[in-house]
Amino acid sequence: MSRRAMFKFRLFVAGDAPNSAQAIANLAAFCRAHLPDRYEIEVVDVFREPKRALAEGIFMTPTLVVLTPPPVRRIVGTLSHTQTVLQALGLLDIAA
Amino acid sequence: MKSTRSPIVKSAAKAPTGIAGFDEITGGGLPHGRTTLLVGGPGSGKTVLALQFLVHGAQECKEPGIFVAFEESSKRIVANAESFGWKLAALQKKNLYFMDAQPLPDLIQSGDFDLGGMLAALEAQTRTMKARRIVFDALDVVLALLPDPATKRREIYRLHEWLLAHDLTGIITAKAGGDEASSIIEQPFGFMQFMVDCAVILNHSVALGVSHRNLRVQKYRGSAFDENESPFLIGNSGLEVAVARTPGRVDAKVSNERVSSGVERLDTMLGGGYYRGASVLITGFSGTAKTTLSGAFAEAACRRGERTMFVSFDSDCTEVIRNLASVGIRLDPYVKNGCLRMISARSIAGSAETYLVRIKTLAQEHGARCLVIDPVSAWYKSGNDLTAQGVADRLIDWSKGGGITLVCTSLLDEMSNRAESGSPLQISALADTWIHLNYLVQAGERNRGLSIVKSRGTAHSNQVRELILSDTGVTLTDTYTAGGEVLMGTLRWEKERAERVAHEAAEAAAKLKRVRLDAEEAELEVRLKSLQTELVAKQVEKALLVRSTQSHEGELSRGRTQMQELRGADAAIPGKKVSPS
Repeated sequence: MSRRAMFKFRLFVAGDAPNSAQAIANLAAFCRAHLPDRYEIEVVDVFREPKRALAEGIFMTPTLVVLTPPPVRRIVGTLSHTQTVLQALGLLDIAA
Repeated sequence: MKSTRSPIVKSAAKAPTGIAGFDEITGGGLPHGRTTLLVGGPGSGKTVLALQFLVHGAQECKEPGIFVAFEESSKRIVANAESFGWKLAALQKKNLYFMDAQPLPDLIQSGDFDLGGMLAALEAQTRTMKARRIVFDALDVVLALLPDPATKRREIYRLHEWLLAHDLTGIITAKAGGDEASSIIEQPFGFMQFMVDCAVILNHSVALGVSHRNLRVQKYRGSAFDENESPFLIGNSGLEVAVARTPGRVDAKVSNERVSSGVERLDTMLGGGYYRGASVLITGFSGTAKTTLSGAFAEAACRRGERTMFVSFDSDCTEVIRNLASVGIRLDPYVKNGCLRMISARSIAGSAETYLVRIKTLAQEHGARCLVIDPVSAWYKSGNDLTAQGVADRLIDWSKGGGITLVCTSLLDEMSNRAESGSPLQISALADTWIHLNYLVQAGERNRGLSIVKSRGTAHSNQVRELILSDTGVTLTDTYTAGGEVLMGTLRWEKERAERVAHEAAEAAAKLKRVRLDAEEAELEVRLKSLQTELVAKQVEKALLVRSTQSHEGELSRGRTQMQELRGADAAIPGKKVSPS
């Protein structure tokens, strides 16, 4: 996978629920640390846009959808385990 | 014992499920606006029950519903439910919504999460379609993803609160089973059973290879309910819960009409035949002509033009027809003209409950007025021993309700010590007429004996009759009973013959004596006649004698007078007349 690849994220959160707020913070910190300047984050609040959650089949919050690079992946939770996230994004060997 | 026979009052605050029997148990359905927990093992019918609840709501109650599928994809659920004929495709357009919420197999988890997203999505959907009912199918699947019991509990609470806040009638299904994996899940569900307003437990067990499904309402806040386990099965149109008697149902109409048993003398013994709509039990050992007797009934019913169904658990239909033809019972023409329907269920491979439902369905299809089940004791075998009793009870209950005349045979095990009283299914108590067939072994012979153990509302013969099968039909013969002896078969024949011979001999002797007496009489008469003739002759002789004597004397006196006159010596004696000459 190219080191230069652009990462597009969509994070579904449930209003200001504690674990949602935590996920936003964790994602931001993660991107700054591991993907500087090559990330885009869209935050979707399911309370405000329930139809989008429905359309995408989001039923657990917070859920992070990795849109690019393919394949599309989903990571559920507060993203507090950095190792898991790195592995999911295929960045583990680079970080190691 | 059925504990709840009194009708459970139906309440407006209930959401009917449309499941036959279930609404009776719960007095109208699930608690409206509350949550019901549906617990059961794999394949126990949770999804079907829940889906049927939604379908009924959408079709009949104007209550649109949402199905949240955590385990199976909605596509598969719809496909599976297609066989029930629920027309899901049409419902899905407006009144039924499936939400796929299966956790993806490659779902990556990092840290804590909750179900807020789902509830938000559901909230929007609920508002759009004005949903009143909701099902969370296999909630345990998503709960298993949650890291600790506290989190699980938190999410269950969240869900429950949400349901209550939106006044939705909800069903949450969850797996429960004996295996280790599910016992981890059981813990949060344990407390859930306290939280919800209604809990239903589905049970699917296998006894000796036969599957049995049971359903039990564990709790129901604010309502009376049937607390017992009720057998149910998944039939052609969904779940069907077996209830012995639908509460509030009007008692079956009682008929005084008699229907022939097919054996003339048996009808006489019963005072005219079976009652229409009665249930008749024929018990007996193997080969005591139970099938023949029930076949005779079927033939008689068909001859009257009544639609009849014959269910055989013992042999193939064609075999039954052939065997019965050998004793002059011809079912073939009635099968051909459609009056008689033969059903063969030779090897029992399902629960008794399944068979009952099948028989009910088929009988209804056929419009049967008379029903023969040969033998009903087949239900008793292979793992059905616990349920068969209830099934037989319901069979009788159902046939009575429909005014169907039911003839059941029941095989008694010759080897067992159960006497006449021990019909293995204790349905003898429920049956209206109980005919017992028995072998009497005497003088190296087995002969069939028939007796009527009971027949409600009928004067019936108390005697044991001999049942004789011949190629012209079934007949009953009086047994030879005298001096406390009961003889059948050859012994009866011999005894009867001996009596006949003795009788003939006596008759001949009497005849002989009569002839002799006649002869003597005739002889005497002849003698009497000759004597009479002699007598007459003697009398004539005697008369002649008298006359001749008189005339002689007259002659003498006349002669004397003439002489005196002639002599003229004596004066004529005055007054003395001269005798005429």
